[in-house]
Amino acid sequence: MELIIQLIFVAIGLTLGYVFGSKKEKEHYQNLLERHRKLKHIPVRVEKIKDVSKYCDAQLFVGNVVIANDYFKTFVASIKGLFGGRLSSYESLMDRSRREAILRLKEHAIQWGANEVLELRLESSALDALGVEILAYGTAVKYKNEIHS
Amino acid sequence: MILTTIDLIPDKMITEHFGIVTGSTVRSKNFARDMFAGLKNIVGGELKGYTELMEETRDEAMQRMIAQAKNLGANAIIGIRFSTSDVAPGAAEVFAYGTAVKVS
Repeated sequence: MELIIQLIFVAIGLTLGYVFGSKKEKEHYQNLLERHRKLKHIPVRVEKIKDVSKYCDAQLFVGNVVIANDYFKTFVASIKGLFGGRLSSYESLMDRSRREAILRLKEHAIQWGANEVLELRLESSALDALGVEILAYGTAVKYKNEIHS
Repeated sequence: MILTTIDLIPDKMITEHFGIVTGSTVRSKNFARDMFAGLKNIVGGELKGYTELMEETRDEAMQRMIAQAKNLGANAIIGIRFSTSDVAPGAAEVFAYGTAVKVS
């Protein structure tokens, strides 16, 4: 009897997870795309900077986010985990989180008046199977004069 | 205090070099108590409470690093990096490190 109740809860969780989870993910991706379009004009660079002569001001900025997967995806991934292979549900989670963290970094930098973000770094850490935290950090810089932009 | 991840600071010259400065905080990751994280794990999405928690933890680690740099007499930290690691079951360390310098 108890087993049946547990199975019912799992089924409800899976349904809720599937329905709301996939909707949320779609909305999140659309939101990411919109914000990306608005911020496209600020380049983000990853390579080592050897020459800072065209910049006049620099400051560290950070963007972070903690995102969790829905129950359906977690469940499917744990089954796949038994057999090995790619966990595409977690791949999309990591992808979304990274994009979100970088966009947040850009949004903070823009408020300060940045023209470029240099030496971007990404760090990730797992939060005890509850979700993943992505940290994006970099140095925002302003151009010396507007001729360069 | 100027903070950057790059090694050069625009329009400024490095006059003195103090070496590595670090700051770290260890935080408990015991999220099981939080109801809302449990709910969010059904529908997925951002865990705003934990985003803020990690932000505060990281700010604290940075403040400790900045304090160490100030003690040395530095006015800028270059080449800053962050690192998060699990130090014990249920605990995570946020570690910030960089090179303390004096610029003019």
